[in-house]
Formats: sequence, C-alpha cells, structure tokens
Amino acid sequence: MWRILREVARHRRVSEALPEPACEWQREGQRIQHEILRVLGRALAIREVDAGSCNGCELEIHALNNPYYNLEGAGIRFVASPRHADLLLVTGPVSRHMETALRRTYEATPAPKLVVAVGDCGCDGGIFGEQSYASCGGVARVIPVDVAITGCPPAPIDLMRGILAAVTARPPD
Amino acid sequence: MRPAGLEVDFAALAAPLPMHRGRTDADGWSACARHIAEAGGRLVSLWGSDTSRDEPYVAAAYASAEGLLWVEFELDRAAPAYPDIARLFPAAGRMQRALFDLLGFRAEQAIDVRPWLRHAAWPEDVFPLRRDFDPARRFPAAGDAYPFVTVEGDGVHEIAVGPVHAGIIEPGHFRFSVVGEKVLRLEQRLGYKHKGIERRFIGMDLGQGAQLAGRVSGDSTVAYAWAFAMAAETLAGVEPPPRALWLRALLLERERVANHLGDLGALGNDAAFGFALARFSGLREDWLRDNGEAFGHRLLMDRICPGGVACELDAAGRERLLARADAATGELARMRRIFDEHAGLQDRFVTTGRVTPALAAQLGLCGLAGRASGQAFDLRADFPWPPYDRLAVRKCGHHNGDVAARVELRFDELFESLRLIRALLVGLPDGPLRSELALPALASGAGWVEGWRGEVFVALDSDAHGRIARCHCHDPSWQNWPLLEHAVIGNIVPDFPLINKSFNLSYSGQDL
Ligand code: SF4
Repeated sequence: MWRILREVARHRRVSEALPEPACEWQREGQRIQHEILRVLGRALAIREVDAGSCNGCELEIHALNNPYYNLEGAGIRFVASPRHADLLLVTGPVSRHMETALRRTYEATPAPKLVVAVGDCGCDGGIFGEQSYASCGGVARVIPVDVAITGCPPAPIDLMRGILAAVTARPPD
Repeated sequence: MRPAGLEVDFAALAAPLPMHRGRTDADGWSACARHIAEAGGRLVSLWGSDTSRDEPYVAAAYASAEGLLWVEFELDRAAPAYPDIARLFPAAGRMQRALFDLLGFRAEQAIDVRPWLRHAAWPEDVFPLRRDFDPARRFPAAGDAYPFVTVEGDGVHEIAVGPVHAGIIEPGHFRFSVVGEKVLRLEQRLGYKHKGIERRFIGMDLGQGAQLAGRVSGDSTVAYAWAFAMAAETLAGVEPPPRALWLRALLLERERVANHLGDLGALGNDAAFGFALARFSGLREDWLRDNGEAFGHRLLMDRICPGGVACELDAAGRERLLARADAATGELARMRRIFDEHAGLQDRFVTTGRVTPALAAQLGLCGLAGRASGQAFDLRADFPWPPYDRLAVRKCGHHNGDVAARVELRFDELFESLRLIRALLVGLPDGPLRSELALPALASGAGWVEGWRGEVFVALDSDAHGRIARCHCHDPSWQNWPLLEHAVIGNIVPDFPLINKSFNLSYSGQDL
C-alpha cells in the first residue's frame, strides 16, 4: 500500500482547464440544447456507440477519461445504457450491419437527446466512402446529428470542444 | 526453391523477410497444407481474388521454418471451389466462411458453412469481391437469422450481449451458455463492423491504398501501413532508404508501447484497481502527445508511405523521445512492482482465462496472446528484417497462458520496446526518407510485420494500369478470437471483461 501512496504523492494534479466550446461547429437541430441545460444543469451522461469505426476514434474517446482531460471532473460521464444517456457520441461510418442497432440505441435514448458524430468517418464516411453495399456512410444518414466533429481521429481536445458545443446554451450565430 | 517434402516450386519475393510464392492445383493445395501442418507450420492467412488475373484464385499463407509460403491455385470460374483446410488448421474455418461470403469460393467438405461476415447487408448469392459486382448496387436488408449452437441441460441458460456493449468498445455479439455464474460455452458472432474495406481497395492508387490500409484497425495503424508499404515495395522491387526503415521501426515500437500502456491500465481497472487506470492512461497520454509533437499525429497514422516515411525527426525531438523513454522505464518498473505485490490484482489475474500451450498450438494462437501460452513466435526475432537485424530483439514468452501471463508479457515487451526505442534513436542513420515507387502492372507482393497484437499480413496484386487489383489485409485477431471462446470456459461471467481485455482483439481488423 505504501508504494501506491508514494506513487500517488509523486505526481501533481495534471488535469487541465476545459477548452472553449466550438460553437462554430453547431448545426441545425440544436434546438433542444436549451432544454437539456435547463433540465440537467451541466451534468451530462454520454452513451458512446461505435457504429463501424476503425477503433481509432474510440482510442481518443477513451483518452477523455485520463487525468489530463478528466471529463468526469467536469460532470460528464460515460454510461452503460442509452436509457441513462442525454447524448449519443457516435463513431462511424455506420456499417449496414450496425444500422439497426444504432437506430434502436437512438430510440432507446430518452428525449430530449443530443447526437454528436465523431471523426471524418462519422461526418461523411471518411476514407470508407459515402455509401457502399456494406456502409451507410456518415451518422446523419441514419439518425439526426446535432454536432459533427471532424478529424481522423479528432484529438481529445476537439472531442471536448464538440461535446461542449452540443450542450452549450449559446444558439448558433 | 522447393521446401522439403513439397511438390511445389516456390519463387522468392523480393522482400526483406523470407517470403515465397508457389502455384499448384487442388491436390497440391491439400498436400501443402498437410505437409506444413505436419512440420509444425502455422496458417497465417487465407484469401482469394477474382480481380487480379484472368482466372480467380484462392491462396493461403503459411509460416514455416523457411519463412512465409504463399500457396495459390487457380479456380474454375464456373464452379469455384477448393479443398477444406480447416481440419488441419482450425483457424481457417472462419476465414473460409468469410471467403465464401465475399467471393463465393466454396471450401469443399468444410464442416461449418454458416455465413461469417455476411449478416443482412447483401444476399447470399451476391459476392461483393467478384469482378462483375456492381459497387453502386444497394440491397434491401436480407433476413438475418444466425443459427447459434445451443447448449441444453439442467439449469443451463443463455446470456446474449451485444452488438452494442456497455463500455467504449467495438461492437460484436457474445452468447454465453451458463450454469449459475459458470460459463459452459461462449459463441461469438462478429462481422458487425464489416464496411467493405476490401472492395474499397479495388481500383485505388497506391497513396489511397496506404491510407486505407492504415485504417483497417486504428490501434495497429503503423503495423498495417508498414505491411502495406512492404507489399508495394516487394511488388515494385524498391528498397526504402535506411533512415526510413529505422524511423518505421521506431514508430512500430512506439505503437506497441502505447497499446500496452492502454491495456495495462484497463486490465488494472477491470480488476477494480482504478489507480492503475489513472497512472497508465496518464503515461499513455504523455506518450501520444510526444507522438503528436515529434511526428505530427498522436496515433501515427499516415506516417509510413510506400517507399519510405512521411515524417522526420530532428535532434530536439530525438532528445525528448530519449528522455521520455528513460523516464517511462523508471515509472514502469515501479508500477510493475505495485502490480506484483497487489494481492487483489493477482487473485483476479492468476489462473483466469487460461489457454494451455497445447491448445494454443492446436488452434494456432498467435502474437502476444500466443507468446503468453508458449507459442514462441515473433517475426522481429525469427526473421529479423532491417533494421531489426541490427537490434537483436529479445523474444518474450510465458507458459501459463492466463490473464496474469498476458499481463506479465505486456510488461516484458514494454521494457524490450523501450530498449529498442533507445537503440533506434541512438543509431538512427542520416539520409533520405523516401525512394520513388510506382506499381508495375500485373504483379504481386506481400508484407509481413509483427504488430503489437501479432503478425499483420498484406497481399497486394496490381492491375494492368498500376492500380490496386486486390489488397488483402489480415489481422492476427482472426486466429485469436476462437481461442477466447475456449479461454472463458469454466470461468465466471464477471471475469469475461477481464479475460477479453487481456487478449484485446480487433473487431474492425477482422470484420473488414
Ligand atoms: S475518423 Fe479516422 S480514426 Fe475515426 S474511425 Fe474514421 S478512419 Fe478511424
């Protein structure tokens, strides 16, 4: 135990300040954000859905929980069920084999709900293309999307900015 | 060359590792498989093509003492079929099913002929990799009733999870048959992430192909990019300059370290030791930030290109990476001690999710998980290609085959990779970063690289215009997923996440 304590004492607090929300990434369909904030304050429950990514985006989403970004410290948690979620964070492209599962997850999420599409693939299919026999392309082709975060993969700081943009009460300019 | 006991002539590919390609017929195909199995060889990959040459072909790649043997035979277009090899190499079973789903080549007398990659996205008489397939065509969702194997008996019930899982992980379906808490059987169903990667390759130029290969499995982007580049270079007979090769190895070892750091944190966390997650995820973040600053991408995507590398390392970057490697070595030594002495962790790890060396050999477990179960294969040590031929890679291994062994192995490989990183940084030669490369028409090449998870293999055929006629990417997860089904037998359901994480297999890499 003393080794663990010594290791804990060795490191200062590394969590960094939250970035500014990227309001310029807001899209049509953000109409419910005022409502979310009114109902939830700043606590936010996110359900992550991998709808066909290469897993690169997931690696950076994982990083949000490391001590540097400390997303939980900002009152934002990843939850295990869409029924507990305010926001779906969806990576793509949406494979046709995940289309139904994604739609069901969306339906199971209680309204009001937000959807953030992650990565170039989540935005428009990215390198895997717009549509094919096996892929539906971007997330918005399957469920409504509020904010789309580009990048391959987006860096954690951009993920945070996009998530904050989705929940920030400021309407699009 | 003609390997002992085989009736097939093999021609050496102009590759940095020993790789040979030979053509045969149906009898030769079976005879090769038998001989290689008897000699203790392993199946690396199985694939086919209808877009490379006039006639379709099926191919298998085996690892033997002589290196990689690419065995190929031409199929009859009217009734494409080949003899089953899954009886000799059980890992071939799912690959054969996928080959049928995508190309309609039938494995004769195969035991399991259920679809594998095909769910509802396309009908069973349509084959997306056939030359006459129209990529613009869309199909209405077909029926998707998958015949799972059911277990019967007193008190047996089923638990079905997925495709969407509780955590931030890739989608797949697991069906457990359990009695009380104890797992009697696990059956996996994968293919949810199938997004048509291999179809997408067809007709791409080299640059696009390299980008796509680097996105087959995001956590192994360096391994895939290198294997793809090696295949293109082999095909074109081009050698990258030495500095590029040293930088590639540096990137590959950095990828290995990043993944092991992530996994060790997650494994600690799955055993209710949150401190491990905090420390290792912090270390990983430092590591990725260094990647971003030194090479311009946190996960190192698109840094390797056919002919060389698309990144440079200056003296200041070199110093920083050296200092970080030293600091990480000290931190990891302390963390390892904490793991070793933590009774709660060891209690969860030891004997959990065990794959014995005998089972691992029989079913072809490979890569990191294989080395934890006595399968002592590591391309960097077995067939050291430049620059590994100058680094004397120490092969790490273990025999217990449980979660604890896979954790130990990650620590061992971390320290070895950190040693390699220091050697690579110190010995990095000067010189150009890239050789010119254009794909010659109608030729074939292969790439074979030891990624962090295991061996990544790429087979590449060019078309008449020097574009990609067929690119097959093989992930070691193909071999290892079936072993996970065995590893959980007799364990309790709550240990499944821990066992699963200790393998950390790729869904995307096998779903393609
Ligand atoms: S955006 Fe990039 S990292 Fe994310 S899923 Fe697509 S290819 Fe992978």
